[in-house]
Amino acid sequence: MISVLELSHVSKLFNPGTPDEKIALQHINLKLNPGDFVTIIGSNGAGKSTLMNIISGVMKPDAGAVRIDGQEISGLPEYRRSRWIGRVFQDPMAGTAPRMTIEENLAMAYRRGARRGLSVSINASRRSMFRESLERLGIGLENRLRAKVGLLSGGERQALSLLMATFTKPQILLLDEHTAALDPARAELITRLTDTIVREMQLTTLMVTHNMEQAIRLGNRLIMMDKGKIILDIDERTKKDLTIEKLLGEFERISGHKLSDDRVVLGG
Amino acid sequence: MISSLIGAVELGLLYALLALGVYITYRILDFPDLTVDGSFTTGGGIAAVMISHGYNAWLSCIVAFAGGIAAGLCTGLLHTKGKINGLLSGILMMIALHSINLRIMGKPNIAIIDADTVLTSVNPWIVLGSMLIIVLLLMNWFFRTDVGLALRATGDNDRMIRSFGANTDTTKIIGVSLSNGLVALSGALIAQQSGFADITMGVGMIVVGLASVIIGEAVFGARNIIHATISVVLGAIVYRIVVALALRVEWLDASDMKVITAVIVIIALVFPTASRAMKQKKMAKKRTEEITGALSKEFKGGDLRA
Repeated sequence: MISVLELSHVSKLFNPGTPDEKIALQHINLKLNPGDFVTIIGSNGAGKSTLMNIISGVMKPDAGAVRIDGQEISGLPEYRRSRWIGRVFQDPMAGTAPRMTIEENLAMAYRRGARRGLSVSINASRRSMFRESLERLGIGLENRLRAKVGLLSGGERQALSLLMATFTKPQILLLDEHTAALDPARAELITRLTDTIVREMQLTTLMVTHNMEQAIRLGNRLIMMDKGKIILDIDERTKKDLTIEKLLGEFERISGHKLSDDRVVLGG
Repeated sequence: MISSLIGAVELGLLYALLALGVYITYRILDFPDLTVDGSFTTGGGIAAVMISHGYNAWLSCIVAFAGGIAAGLCTGLLHTKGKINGLLSGILMMIALHSINLRIMGKPNIAIIDADTVLTSVNPWIVLGSMLIIVLLLMNWFFRTDVGLALRATGDNDRMIRSFGANTDTTKIIGVSLSNGLVALSGALIAQQSGFADITMGVGMIVVGLASVIIGEAVFGARNIIHATISVVLGAIVYRIVVALALRVEWLDASDMKVITAVIVIIALVFPTASRAMKQKKMAKKRTEEITGALSKEFKGGDLRA
């Protein structure tokens, strides 16, 4: 079976040749099977965000290869990879265009990876399709199609970002701590939406989180990173019996130090 | 008085194209493009050279538009592919265009005072009015297409639109090119209206454009693209009226126009920010009083021993 996403021996160095030189990723090997929902946890500077940036093409690896559906894509710039990759960022401001309306944002998401031409992007049938998709979020955005996105709350914007990222059923969904900037109630709403959407669309998903409980509850696979390496890869069966205590203990046992993360949240 | 006002409105309509060009870069792309000072003269120069050589005035407008697009294309390429800071790429093109404009014109000043122009053939109001309406319609169509949305998003959140597969280098280049095309067209019309093109005619045009955009938005609002573009056109007219009125003040000379323009822009930039800050402060105070007031009441009503 061809993996949806395959990273082989990916390494990345920050500030090479300077006193600030730092190994961000070191020989990362990772294979995602179709429908895998993988959560990633790790301490500060473990390389989680770098991993996301390498997959999405924001950064280029210094060594190693990134393949999607068996096709080497390491050389492609971010905008050309977007055909396969949907992404939600931690910052609710990052995933939407604030001075444009909800329907305009959705129209842009709808054209993900397609050639953009000179046809008017919003018509009646698309508008009704947008409305239906928004209804599924269940937060009333379907009645505010022409509101500027800048007027929405952080939670609403993140829900919209999630919808936009998954709108065209990308091969891979990258979630980069996408609930971390929200208050607990809204974070829970987005978490539930994420779970529903990923399940319904059977999206192959990578989710970085600081929330241990969330990392254990969601997905069928859990990866732990430390100092630019994947130190633990837990499969579905083992993950079922996992607890936060076991996870922390395991981390200490393998890495030899405590999980140090000033933002880590144990429970939801 | 009346005739100077009518003259101001006519000038405003001519400069409205410049203002719309500046609107595309300054507001939509969030890219302060100084190429404008050069490309305005490029447009005027091309029109004057062609008309003085007996070419059709309409054709000269089209070529001027194309010349502006070429200038914008260069700025866009410098900024995106050359990775030169936006302001600096505009300044570089502005300087380079000074020499290029002299090459185009052959001499620093070309008179076309007796020639047939697009404004002498038919009633100039009809020509200007229909031209502006066509430009406004085209802009409002373009900015609702897939490319247009991507271009707007580039100025709004370029990271986001890249993650949806738009090449933001391309959208920036398209935007800057279109903008300078409109600016050059405006220069071509001004040359025809005033009966000459001069190598210095573009000096300060970026500020004139900014003044029109800012005044237009401040006075008439900018809810969406169609609203904003109409406001910008009206802003260009208001700006001309303000200048005409200012010039009637006895102790001000025509040479003071540039400082008047700068002062108008400064007021238009400072005033909204200051008034917003004031409003916010007031709001914060009011809300704080409401919330803390409500809390202390609640506290009084509650059981203190709990």
